[in-house]
Amino acid sequence: MIELKNLSKVFPTAEGELHALTDVSLTIGDGEVYGIVGMSGAGKSTLVRCINLLERPTAGQVLIDGADLCAMNQKQLIARRRSISMIFQQFNLLMQRTCLANICFPMEIAGRKKEDAQRRARELLEVVGLPDKAEAYPAQLSGGQKQRIAIARALASDPEILLCDEATSALDPKTTRDILHLVKDINRRLGITVVVITHEMAVVEEICTHVAILDHGRVMETGSVEQVFSNPQSEAGRRLVYPDGVRIDRLPAANVVRIAFNGGSSYEPLIASLAIDCGVKVNILGADTRNVNGQAFGTMLLGLPEDPAEAAKAAAYIKNQPNVTMEEVRDYHG
Amino acid sequence: MAEELTMAEQAAEWIISFFNVTDPKLVKDIFEQVPYLLNNLAFAAWETIYSTVLATLFACLIGLPLGVLLVVGAADGVRPLPSPLMKVLNVVINLLRSVPFLILMVVVFPLARVIVGTSIGTNASIVPLTIAAFPFVARLVEGSLREMDRGTVEAAQAMGCTPFQIIWKVILPESLPSLLTGFTTAFITILGYGAMSGAIGGGGLGNMALNRGHTRGMRIVLYVAVIALVLLVQAFQSIGTHFATRLDKRVTNRKARKSAQKAKRTFGPPGAM
Repeated sequence: MIELKNLSKVFPTAEGELHALTDVSLTIGDGEVYGIVGMSGAGKSTLVRCINLLERPTAGQVLIDGADLCAMNQKQLIARRRSISMIFQQFNLLMQRTCLANICFPMEIAGRKKEDAQRRARELLEVVGLPDKAEAYPAQLSGGQKQRIAIARALASDPEILLCDEATSALDPKTTRDILHLVKDINRRLGITVVVITHEMAVVEEICTHVAILDHGRVMETGSVEQVFSNPQSEAGRRLVYPDGVRIDRLPAANVVRIAFNGGSSYEPLIASLAIDCGVKVNILGADTRNVNGQAFGTMLLGLPEDPAEAAKAAAYIKNQPNVTMEEVRDYHG
Repeated sequence: MAEELTMAEQAAEWIISFFNVTDPKLVKDIFEQVPYLLNNLAFAAWETIYSTVLATLFACLIGLPLGVLLVVGAADGVRPLPSPLMKVLNVVINLLRSVPFLILMVVVFPLARVIVGTSIGTNASIVPLTIAAFPFVARLVEGSLREMDRGTVEAAQAMGCTPFQIIWKVILPESLPSLLTGFTTAFITILGYGAMSGAIGGGGLGNMALNRGHTRGMRIVLYVAVIALVLLVQAFQSIGTHFATRLDKRVTNRKARKSAQKAKRTFGPPGAM
């Protein structure tokens, strides 16, 4: 289990202090695929680098299985890092080594026997689907293949945790999907806890079980992917879940509500029955459905009638529907 | 000897009159200086190669660790060292690099007597050459290592490498092609310096060009010695580039790489750093 407690990171810059992280607390359970999302500059990369202490937090604790990394000496930290692997946007392979030697590298530094390491490396090449690339050099591979080698290298030390720092951001959509499937598969088969840093909600949707939304170095909300996607609570969350925004600026400043269909009920003709049962007409201001982990999630932005009595009637009707949640939208400026 | 010279002179006179040569001195020079070159050129070239190779070797032995220290010991390096220490190191390297070679040589030759037992000759010249070149090599190494992608070092740190493992297994092997290019540059610079050391007692082609070619007015000896130096530079540069390219596994298109390397080469008059 990874516990981050009140982490803060301040970088001194020429223009004064830069608060990259402010009071970040997260708990990541074993075997979870935990997404940390945010826009560029939200502090995601700094946060993931705090987990293996590539970046030393200014304040706070990093507990892995209860042990505080910040309190460790260099030697203990190096030993602990060997069970926390990391993959990167730019792959960061050793360009002067063959793929096989790259995968052997973590075993080599841990002092494992060479024949042993090579046997394991060949197994891992099979796992990532590149058994014929053992003697190739990274420069001869495509981006997706490089990331597969990087994943094999990350698995070589039999890690408990895999940190992915924008691991698919340099890849095309098809390759991204393949790599994400591989990571998900590894998580399922080996039970490795995966922390995924990304700016793309699609990545979270694809593989994560839990998600934290980071904005300006603060955690805005956390929860299961289902929760956050169906009903984002924070402004930053809404911006990420509905990146195109819901165009409300043109709409009458009446009561606007957001309703969320949580699985199952999404295809019930709610609006029609609302009109028939209550005789109230509502405006659909925007709608979106998403498929999260095989379940349909939809949200709809409704403009309720200006007349308060009718609006209340409609709101009461919606609230009584099963599997539907409703919340009022107050800040629906553009 | 005297008879030989007369024979050569006689032959020269004959050729001059027979062909009606407009520059009779040239023919005389050829007959006088070609035998000298035949007797001495190979040995002078050998002395130059010998002193340059040894001085490069020693300069790299001292300069490589210093260059590594400059990079890994920096505040953002993998094993930061106290900043006063780094400042002293930088100042010393700059100081040594700012002393003109001719002056350094005069100052250091007495030291050569302590180290190699003599302050004259090819062996003695290796001492000032090494001292002049190692700070230069340290800077070249520093440049090569800084070129390396920081992400790769970060990946190694994340894997739990010790600083020593990062230096030995990541930074140095990954920078090897660039280091080789740097060492070639150093070799050629030292070759140029070695020619200068001929002025005050060092041996080799430089000595030949200066003491025979220039001082005694043996112009053919001068030209041939200079041409030999040019050929040596070309040969060693080609060898260096060849290995740097061949060792570099980032290269998938060797031809393109070679022309890129050629463009990067540092040509210049010997002695310019």
